[in-house]
Amino acid sequence: MITQRKFFGRGLPYIDVSDLSGRLFVVEGTDGVGRSLQIENLKDWLELQGHAVVTTGWTRSPLMAGTIEDAKEGHALNRMTFALLYACDFADRLENEIIPALRAGMIVVADRYCYTAFARSAVRGLDESWARDLFGFALVPDVTIYLRIDVESLARRVVARGKLDYWESGLDLNLGEDPYDSFVAYQKRLIHYYDRMAETEAFVTIDARRPVDDIQLDIRHKIAAHLP
Amino acid sequence: MMSDSVALPASSPLSREHPYPGALIVVEGIDGSGKSTQIHLLQRWLEAQDEELVFTEWNSSELVRATTKYGKKKNLLTPTTFSLLHATDFADRFLHTIVPPLKAGMVVLADRYVYTAFARDVVRGVDRSWIRRLYSFAIRPDVALYFKTPIEVSISRILNGRQKIKYYEAGMDLKLAADPVESFRRFQGRVLDEYDGITSEFGLDVIDATIGIDAQQRAVRGIVEAAIRRRRGGPR
Repeated sequence: MITQRKFFGRGLPYIDVSDLSGRLFVVEGTDGVGRSLQIENLKDWLELQGHAVVTTGWTRSPLMAGTIEDAKEGHALNRMTFALLYACDFADRLENEIIPALRAGMIVVADRYCYTAFARSAVRGLDESWARDLFGFALVPDVTIYLRIDVESLARRVVARGKLDYWESGLDLNLGEDPYDSFVAYQKRLIHYYDRMAETEAFVTIDARRPVDDIQLDIRHKIAAHLP
Repeated sequence: MMSDSVALPASSPLSREHPYPGALIVVEGIDGSGKSTQIHLLQRWLEAQDEELVFTEWNSSELVRATTKYGKKKNLLTPTTFSLLHATDFADRFLHTIVPPLKAGMVVLADRYVYTAFARDVVRGVDRSWIRRLYSFAIRPDVALYFKTPIEVSISRILNGRQKIKYYEAGMDLKLAADPVESFRRFQGRVLDEYDGITSEFGLDVIDATIGIDAQQRAVRGIVEAAIRRRRGGPR
């Protein structure tokens, strides 16, 4: 069965998407919430069931990864060029990884999706409808799992892990006295925005404060109905 | 040609006069239109008028230069990533190179502007409304000169040896023809059609790029002088 594919906006006029028989699952959630581990476990499970799985991750496109890293390093980004670079990374992976895999009937699990760009640019004050139209070429996923955590639990987890990252703390926004305050203020805004999208974009929200295995069982359960 | 509705939001600064004291002059035209020669002459004249001038060129920002070059060289670009890299380049130059001098009351001369993307990227296959929305943050120039050339004139100028046909300028990525000249003819032919629609949509000033270089330059200087005077509120 081939699912009818939809785009966020005007789509990719030069690409035929009528034959994409695979499935596109997205795992979203703020920094440090545990997406990578859950995706790894999900992939193992899907492969054991005999499904071919491709994973793709935010800013991991061969074309753009270096550029985005370099630009972040030099802090040479404003909110608009940030969103544009993200869009370029995303388009590269969409056209060269995601769509070909879906066409081959595979399951694609995406670590973050354009929702990440929506959230990060919105908390930086970028025009929301512009950001949304920018990603008008993005395919609407079959399921988006939103790993939700409250900011206090998240802060404890991330601080225990080590030093707070400049961008994860939103230090470019001057939100707090020190990195910790900034991290909390920034992530609180992001979580708030994710919560809003959970409703408007029909995310499947999963409480990410629980043990890893419980979360994984939840994810499998939610995805099972959408498997080929 | 503009059959589907083209959505440039009414609120876009591209559809109204900009609020800055400086003047933005942009130049458009396909390869072989003689645009570079005209820009050079215009620049010489403006400098002779003691105008403080900033020149900026399409696809020249440090931010994505290496990536674009790499992507082009390795043939990695899709119509959408091609378009987005150029938009990133433009956004970066817009904020750092174009707006500050305009706010400071200077003249900015841009070799290619958003109209290049509207023409080329649409021919490459991206959606006409999407690309307009993408660039909707840009301001409307005081003057947008379009050097209009029939395709055969451009080709003969290029073949006369002053330039080489470049892979992407010929649209070779679209696989329209194996021969670069034929590919250029088809690709840039469509770009010219797209420019025709853009000319009426955005009110570009068309310069007939087949007439003599000096006659073109006289026309250009006349238009630019009037625009700068308008911006400065009367004769200086």
